[in-house]
Amino acid sequence: MKKILVQGRTQGIILKTQKPINFLGTVDKKTGIISDKNHELFDKSIKDKILVFPNGVGSSVGAYTIYSIKSNNVAPLAMICQKADLTVATGCALANIPLVILTNEEFSSLKNGQKILLDTESSNLITLL
Amino acid sequence: MELTKDEESALKGEQGEVLQMAYRILVATGKATDAEKLIPIEWAHLSGVNYNTIGDAGEEFLSHISTNARVKIKTTLNPMGFDIDNVSDYGLDDNFISKQLSISKSYTTMGVIPSFSCIPYEIFDIPKEGTQVSFAESNAAIHVNSFDNLKTNKESAFSALASAITGKSPYSSLRKDDSPNITIRMKVNNPNELTYGMLGFFAGKVGNNSVNLSGVGEMDKRSCKALCGGMGTSGTCGKFLFGDGDSSCEKIDFDRKEMNKIYDELNTAEKGDLITLGSPQLGLDEISDLTNKLKGRSFKKRCMIFCPRIVKEQAKKIGYFNKLEQAGCEILADCCTCLTPLINKNNIDSVTTNSIKGAYYLKNSNGVDVNLKSLSEIIQDETK
Repeated sequence: MKKILVQGRTQGIILKTQKPINFLGTVDKKTGIISDKNHELFDKSIKDKILVFPNGVGSSVGAYTIYSIKSNNVAPLAMICQKADLTVATGCALANIPLVILTNEEFSSLKNGQKILLDTESSNLITLL
Repeated sequence: MELTKDEESALKGEQGEVLQMAYRILVATGKATDAEKLIPIEWAHLSGVNYNTIGDAGEEFLSHISTNARVKIKTTLNPMGFDIDNVSDYGLDDNFISKQLSISKSYTTMGVIPSFSCIPYEIFDIPKEGTQVSFAESNAAIHVNSFDNLKTNKESAFSALASAITGKSPYSSLRKDDSPNITIRMKVNNPNELTYGMLGFFAGKVGNNSVNLSGVGEMDKRSCKALCGGMGTSGTCGKFLFGDGDSSCEKIDFDRKEMNKIYDELNTAEKGDLITLGSPQLGLDEISDLTNKLKGRSFKKRCMIFCPRIVKEQAKKIGYFNKLEQAGCEILADCCTCLTPLINKNNIDSVTTNSIKGAYYLKNSNGVDVNLKSLSEIIQDETK
């Protein structure tokens, strides 16, 4: 089901993974780089990307990590998920990072490296640039 | 989600910045889980205490809100980064200590009970069956849902904080309907707590909100905690139900092959430089059991034991504390294996533990290798 959890308008490049993310302990608060060697995005920075991933998992403290990466200016421009989870929803709500949940079909259609405009106020939520 | 007039007014900011923030979080939580309304809750348990996990941004945030925010209901607190009694033995820098103390002060200023424990279900009285609570700390949320007959979603640090400040939480997900769509059939014989930790880790990966678990017999407290800790680490799932579930449930086996996959993912060392016990923290029963199991044997290497302060005090009174110290254990209250700043990859290469949750965070966050062993194997191999 499509849902807008945190509103906003931004444009940027998609960084996409099929693997859920546990923000606590696997995303470096100061650099925004993923430190989990088993993760598809290992060693990649989520800074200033449109981060596309299925959902957050694991620790409840991940919400603070999302707040911290925003305060440290290394947060993604927006997040797009397939399933809503409380850690990501509340982290983005407090950090004011736009967050939308897409249908499975829409989620699958997004590709790594695409440049998009995300606008939660527009009738076209996502426009390919 | 429908809000009352009073809730609307708080969301608009008419009742101050803190309540506006809290209601913003509750509304995001409600939208994420398709809630229709907010309901009263009776107990909040907060995560986001260890300076190692929340950092400067978290410390500043809490310091800022604590000037006005006050909790409205009974609110307990997760572990922090160290035990003040012996912090000087661990070479933590002054900045860490002062930031940690500032975080602790912000929470107590807000009226939070400084319990510094991830096992509130073992050290506080459990309210009556069906009581709605709001627990961050994943192992605790899963434990109270699965074993203590309370109701909570697997809250985030912020949703639980917002619930503590408002006394409310969105009525959704596990609070309303806990029916699983999947049944995990336990097919591993003679399980110990390490097996249950891996079963939990597996369940978190395949489950959604809740899972049925069949084929498990009587579990001791250590195994229940390992199961909950494992599941909380890997997924979004917040509850176990025991039994086969109805016929529409998809059936998935947890067999030796699945178990070995998880073992290979998390076990990265043949042996550890030191041993940690307590993620989740150990309760008094486990401390007593460990003392009995040691029977005068002592550890051949450092062994760190993490427990709540009240358990440490009880262990001192009963005499377990002395016996464990004589066996070479370092007993730490108020903190936990999980994301401890006391284990550092600059001086430790690898850690032996029986905790799946501990293993995951030691490896990914502390950057040390992990050697997984059950408690009985640890006692057999690592003591003399």
